[in-house]
Amino acid sequence: MEQIDLKNLLSAIDVPADWVGIREVSETHTPRIVRDGIPQMNASHTTQGLMVEVLANGQFGYYGTPNMTNEGVARAAQKAFAQAQLASKYATFQFTQNARPANIGSYQSPFVKKKDSLSPGELNKLLLDAYNQLKVSDKIVSARALLQTIQTMFRFVSSNGSNISQDFLMLEFDLSATAADGANQQTRTFGGMRGNCLQMGMEYFDKLELLAQSQKIGEQAIELLDAEECPTGEMDLVIASDQMMLQIHESVGHALEVDRILGDERNYAGWSFVNLDDFGKLQYGSELMNITFDPTLSSEFASYAYDDGGLEAKKEYLIKDGVLKRGLGGMESQIRSGVSGVANFRASSWNRAPIDRMANINLESGESSFDDIIGSVENGVYMESNRSWSIDDYRNKFQFGCEYAKLIENGKLTKTLKNPNYRGISNPFWNRLKMIGNNDTFRIYGTPNCGKGEPNQVIRVGHASPVCLFENIQVFGGA
Amino acid sequence: MEKIFNQLCEGLFSELKSNEALTLSFSGENSQFIRINNASIRQTGLVDDANLGLKFISNNRTCEASMTVSGDYDIDLSRGKKKIERMRFESKEILEDPFLVMPTNSGSSREIINANGLEFDNAVQVLIPPMQGVDLVGIFANGKMFRGNANSVGQKHWFETESHCLDYSLVTPERQMVKGTYAGTDWDQQSYESYINRSIKKLKLMKRKPVRVETGVYRTWFEAKAVADFIDMFSWNGISEASLQQGCSGFGKMRHNDIRLSPKFSISEDFSSGLVPKFNSNGETGPESLPIISNGVLQNTLVSSRTSAEYGVSTNYAEDTEELRSPYMAEGDLSQEDVLSRLDKGLFLSNVHYLNWSDNPGGRITGLTRYACFWVEGGEIVAPIETMRFDDTFYRFFGSELESVGSKVDVIPDVLTYGQRNLGIVTCPGILTNEFQLTL
Repeated sequence: MEQIDLKNLLSAIDVPADWVGIREVSETHTPRIVRDGIPQMNASHTTQGLMVEVLANGQFGYYGTPNMTNEGVARAAQKAFAQAQLASKYATFQFTQNARPANIGSYQSPFVKKKDSLSPGELNKLLLDAYNQLKVSDKIVSARALLQTIQTMFRFVSSNGSNISQDFLMLEFDLSATAADGANQQTRTFGGMRGNCLQMGMEYFDKLELLAQSQKIGEQAIELLDAEECPTGEMDLVIASDQMMLQIHESVGHALEVDRILGDERNYAGWSFVNLDDFGKLQYGSELMNITFDPTLSSEFASYAYDDGGLEAKKEYLIKDGVLKRGLGGMESQIRSGVSGVANFRASSWNRAPIDRMANINLESGESSFDDIIGSVENGVYMESNRSWSIDDYRNKFQFGCEYAKLIENGKLTKTLKNPNYRGISNPFWNRLKMIGNNDTFRIYGTPNCGKGEPNQVIRVGHASPVCLFENIQVFGGA
Repeated sequence: MEKIFNQLCEGLFSELKSNEALTLSFSGENSQFIRINNASIRQTGLVDDANLGLKFISNNRTCEASMTVSGDYDIDLSRGKKKIERMRFESKEILEDPFLVMPTNSGSSREIINANGLEFDNAVQVLIPPMQGVDLVGIFANGKMFRGNANSVGQKHWFETESHCLDYSLVTPERQMVKGTYAGTDWDQQSYESYINRSIKKLKLMKRKPVRVETGVYRTWFEAKAVADFIDMFSWNGISEASLQQGCSGFGKMRHNDIRLSPKFSISEDFSSGLVPKFNSNGETGPESLPIISNGVLQNTLVSSRTSAEYGVSTNYAEDTEELRSPYMAEGDLSQEDVLSRLDKGLFLSNVHYLNWSDNPGGRITGLTRYACFWVEGGEIVAPIETMRFDDTFYRFFGSELESVGSKVDVIPDVLTYGQRNLGIVTCPGILTNEFQLTL
């Protein structure tokens, strides 16, 4: 990465703005994929540039530029200032520099082994070994192993004294096997949704039982081909941590984004069934439900020390004992709404302005063991690993599908089921949360693909959860 | 931008050794974004961005890279050289690629669409006043977009266009919404104001109290925008030959079981509009029009050169991802004036939302109604409906249940801006189905 002196760049800016900030992002993705024994991708993608942001007449204006010279930044600030001035006549809200708190600090994501501690050749071999284990039968028509490292450097300076430096090393890993018999097709992956996303170094592969995991995924894909169709009806539903990730993301995280509640997203991602006056009052779920915004959980995908507006990030309860307490709103949303928020004002890269995003949104553990949960169910289904997701623009009516399921009969897991799906409405669904797993069932996942915003932005989020039991849920199978 | 691209081509191709091949792909933009909430400006700014992709082949290996183009030749050449050095090193130790696609020279092209667009400094003052008095929320994207491709055997393509797009929703106090997309190249203030005023008139229909419809099957008219969203699903585990070969395509029933869609359903990949570059990211140019499904029968899948090499199927020079870039669904014979009377009783859906495969092999898609969706009785609009979830298979709504196809097609621009502004379009009519399944 090229070294840039941001403070020097800041001093090159000469506009009569009320506040100026410069955010630098340099990021390199290194994806590698082996599919069907053949390399599909060995790549290195780098993006680097600056977001120059100014405040004039209460309106922020920005200019994203890859030109990181003094002249380039000075010109960018002038253009951003002009845009802010022109827009201020029609501003949604008149901000002050209080929307950009001054902070000084740094963050380094935890890792033991550097990303280059395994060579490209070693990584190709690792992925090929995984493929060979995934291909347990000729009925596996396609199998794939994927690994991506992401190295991100973030710097932020501002005219009111912020000076923040954050460095991240992240890892995404996925395995996938598709079994087919004509048009009968079933895919099994390593937790669905490319959910194995962590802040971590190459030590990840020291602990992972790679070959055993790969073989299990291949075998389960074959098992699904001849499995019974998931039954249809209202019944108890036990959801594994890897599917809880999606359940939390769609029916809690997005619904609590304050910019959605304020209407910014109505033309794209949508609105929310939550209203501003619900905070402190709404019984979002059963008393077992405790949801946190936790940027401090080591190794979770979206841990950080400061958001992109400079606000210090701390763990906060969004929902406590089932009651809605706090929104997912950064400083701008907190000022606009008057609702308590968190440090979640984030941008996808240097070329986009920050908005309210999820980061790590977690469901805190309870006290029930996995066996206790299954043992309590007379007639139900246990589902793992998301494969289909859809929810309405108010975050009410959802329908989710999973890769793999087991029938629960009289407190025991019995037959394997294919094409498991369930649907519900967010608020009543969470109020049907009957049992919540203990720490032994708690797993950390994440996803690199959360889309939102205009212009559009895709961002990384983390979700950790125990296994959960919901009662009387609509469950159904395939076409 | 073109000059920068040409300079980088010259500089980086001269770095290659005799047994090496390189393809460069360029995408860039000078864009203005104005984000609007309640007819006021929520966020505004400009973005200059350019990205250079590099595909390097040596020692029977393929490596890829990309880098941000800063606009300073020395910096960018240095970045490009480092990427080539890394790929040259990696090509000595990664796995051998038995399905290499070597670059070829099938001719070059240069296409520049100039426009009398809207100056960035004028945008706010002409855009915002006509929307005052209504709750309008959305995004205005404006400016130039660039695409380039060149390879080390001499082929070069350049495409440059200028456009604007206001993608918006109008919202009533009762939270009912109407969708609009005003897009084009030349700015025409009178046309813009007239478009906004038509949306405002539509909004008045939404002031009727919404009705709740029960789950079940209904006769349904889908406006072209809703049909376009279903067609988009074909690009995700659908029409890709690689997806079919790898057992993850909703088109498997058509391939393996000879299941057909309705004879009234035909779709092709068609670049004749000139709005989308004809060349793909490898610099390959396919046929101007490629039939995909003709009268319900699967004719062609999208086949990239790599898929061709791997599975022995002839390429039609699809993008590596084998997505539709410019689909055209053929019109039918149902005129817009007759839609309500032919529907008689059922659903009129202007838009659908958040589609996903609920059963990919079965072609089943779930999603939700959104925006101007109405309950119709006796050939008359009764009222908007409350949001409903559907779950049905395209083998029914493009197949056994497809009753009529609209006689007029709409050109629907791709308004997505993930990473950068998109260039794709979908051209399609509306459809009338005899049955459509609502589930929640």
